[in-house]
Amino acid sequence: MPIFETFNLPDAGEGLTEADVVTWLVRIGDTVEVNQPLVEIETAKSLVEIPCPVDGLVTELLVHEGDTVNVGSAIVVFDIDPNGPVPEPIVAMPESAPPEPEPSFSMPRLDEPEPTVDEPVSDGASGSVLVGYGVSATEAVRRPRRVEVFSSFGEESDAEISHPVFAKPPVRRLARELGIDLSTVSPSGPGGIVTREDVIQHAKETEPRTLATYAGDDMPWLESGVVSADGRLTRVPVKSVRKRTAEAMVRSAFTAPHVTVFHTLDVSATMDLVARLKQDREFADVKVTPLLIVAKALLFAVRRHPEINATWDDERQEIVYKHYVNLGIAATTPRGLIVPNIKDAHRYDLHTLAQEVMQLTTDARNGTTPPSATQDGTITITNVGVFGIDTGTPILNPGEAAILAFGAIRQQPWVHEGVVAVRWVTQLALSFDHRLVDGELGSRVLADVAAVLGDPSKALVWG
Amino acid sequence: MDAHGPLSDNGVVRLLTHTGDRLEHPEYSPFAQDLDFAALRAMWREMVIVRAFDTEATSLQRQGELGLWVAALGQEAAQIGSGHALTDRDWVFPSYREHGVAYLRGVDLADILRTFRGLEHSSWVPNEHNFHLYTLVIGAHTLHATGYAMAMDWDGLVGSGRPDHDAAVICYFGDGATSEGDTNEALVFAAVNNAPIVFFCQNNQYAISEPTTRQSKVALAQRASGVGIPGVRVDGNDVLASYAVTRQALERARSGGGPTFIEALTYRMAAHTTSDDPTRYRTRDEEDYWRERDPIARLTAYLERAGELPQAFQEEVRAEGKELATRARIRLKESVRAPARDMFDHVYAEPHATVDSERAWYERYEESFVDAEGSHR
Repeated sequence: MPIFETFNLPDAGEGLTEADVVTWLVRIGDTVEVNQPLVEIETAKSLVEIPCPVDGLVTELLVHEGDTVNVGSAIVVFDIDPNGPVPEPIVAMPESAPPEPEPSFSMPRLDEPEPTVDEPVSDGASGSVLVGYGVSATEAVRRPRRVEVFSSFGEESDAEISHPVFAKPPVRRLARELGIDLSTVSPSGPGGIVTREDVIQHAKETEPRTLATYAGDDMPWLESGVVSADGRLTRVPVKSVRKRTAEAMVRSAFTAPHVTVFHTLDVSATMDLVARLKQDREFADVKVTPLLIVAKALLFAVRRHPEINATWDDERQEIVYKHYVNLGIAATTPRGLIVPNIKDAHRYDLHTLAQEVMQLTTDARNGTTPPSATQDGTITITNVGVFGIDTGTPILNPGEAAILAFGAIRQQPWVHEGVVAVRWVTQLALSFDHRLVDGELGSRVLADVAAVLGDPSKALVWG
Repeated sequence: MDAHGPLSDNGVVRLLTHTGDRLEHPEYSPFAQDLDFAALRAMWREMVIVRAFDTEATSLQRQGELGLWVAALGQEAAQIGSGHALTDRDWVFPSYREHGVAYLRGVDLADILRTFRGLEHSSWVPNEHNFHLYTLVIGAHTLHATGYAMAMDWDGLVGSGRPDHDAAVICYFGDGATSEGDTNEALVFAAVNNAPIVFFCQNNQYAISEPTTRQSKVALAQRASGVGIPGVRVDGNDVLASYAVTRQALERARSGGGPTFIEALTYRMAAHTTSDDPTRYRTRDEEDYWRERDPIARLTAYLERAGELPQAFQEEVRAEGKELATRARIRLKESVRAPARDMFDHVYAEPHATVDSERAWYERYEESFVDAEGSHR
């Protein structure tokens, strides 16, 4: 008979309250054994691999990669007796106790969930830990007391004592930043400690309904933001995609010395090609855009200059040249910027490439981009033109050596065959990692992309 | 590495290189002469079993079964080597990472986990093993150890010349503790009182994240000369040398020759505790360097080359380690919290009025709860 056991997210550090699920290392239906790697989580302190707690079968994964999960909430269900006999139908027995729903391996609880007497306490519970941050305030629930008041040891009088406010330094700082007097906040932590949640709750209750800066902005203008007491600031915790974007960009910008080269060119021939392909029956099922031609042009350039498709391995002091192109295309999603890539894009003809680009943008728009799609990219295109922008100096996707920015295509006066004509003109910018790409190589790559866009028949010559 | 800094190799006693080659040392080789292949195999077994247990405990913490775990990974030779130099009459004052020494003192490792699950303050009776409680306050126990050693001297347990009678104290602590006042007070006090004690410092190079180079300008063993006692540096990843220098120091202490400071240069291969992430403050190159100096690997190489470590024996030991790990896992899940009133029982050897009144108060306090003590679920 299947026996299901739920595994709750443990506190992998000391007093942590939550963690991000990074990678599941098992799948539903997998047979697992004790201590086999189960899931990788990222806590406030480190990336931690959680080993599997039981022998059995994975029947449910309750959280997704990327989710932020509270310590103690269920993340996975195992069947620890998948090969047991099928149960007899149970005849109702009034005496029989229902099965214990609690997992057998949760930490022992000392407490009842609901206190019968609330009492202020002066024996300030210690929040000290060996390393790092304070202990979780949410887990400590007081044991219920009988009604009579009980004095502390050696203290027989029950005279009123005015308590100082107990709060940890980060909470004090938060209160200061939010302009909140801590003594006005009702504490919920053990020993009467004011917790972060108490302060945020207090801030929400007392938050001004009007932002000071702009009339009419009477609500926090970002989800999960907290408006300061004076109404002049909104604070939003940095998490998930925004956090990862920030980390990746800082890492990239401050490890790879960036150089950007620019090129302005006439892409009227490409626009003609796009218009022709749109009429082509073979391309009826896909969307033909200038971006598609840019992608193809970049693939040609990489083929002619494979050294651009590489990565700098700082640890091993090696340059790793890649004989495949996983072509990244920066995409705006409901959760922020991501860079999914088309695996082995160098193998595709134009039609298949168009299908892949469509799939990639659909997934990104719907927020269904699989995690694997954002890993192991080799070179990237960022299409800033969709915002009507001419060009920019893009920051490299970490681990890649080049990124191409594709600007807006505008009709502009342009000297064409000796006379000024109205032509389709755009700007390209290529940033590259100067540790492994010199100016010459970067410029040649950009010139090749431009050559194909200026005259797509080049592809026939180079193909 | 700085030739004169706290991590230099100057004057480090070594009898087994990291490639598994034996070295001779005029002063210390005689102290390791009694270690035949059978004895070395036993040490190998103990190191492997302690490591298997250690690995399991780390997993149990990751699975939410322990609040915290402090791995001894990489320090097995310093612990097993020094621990073997002890007699049953000697007393050990550990800090909190000495699982290898605990194992040699007959403490059931499975029980140690109860402390790290937060069930009780200690999981063994110190008198039954001559192995004091784990002390989590850094360096605090160096004073207790010194006091205990002085008392042993006053009780006439030192310097009789009878090997079945004399005894000494060994106190284990880390490089971080040498920066604490307590440890320096203990050294001064032990030195001037000629206490029968061995200060065994496992320099694992990090006080959590603070490297030894930020705590000392000189080798830690040089501190000994400042208080006027012998100091010796030993390769803490060499089980033979760790045994030899500790044996000499203990024999000196038991015979009335006073304290010795041993600095066992080793490396904490794991994190400080499960709450720590060492990748934030040390490099992979450094970890690789020390992984090549793994204490178990060099003994394996030496014994295998001598044809003294049969595959069957290795498999048997690994199975034993796995069995201990599994037993520890099961025992831990079955364990229940010790009654809190137990903590009053071992404060004084004899009845004590203050403790009695505190116990009585505590019992009233417990009764004030709806679920009286003992009904914990």
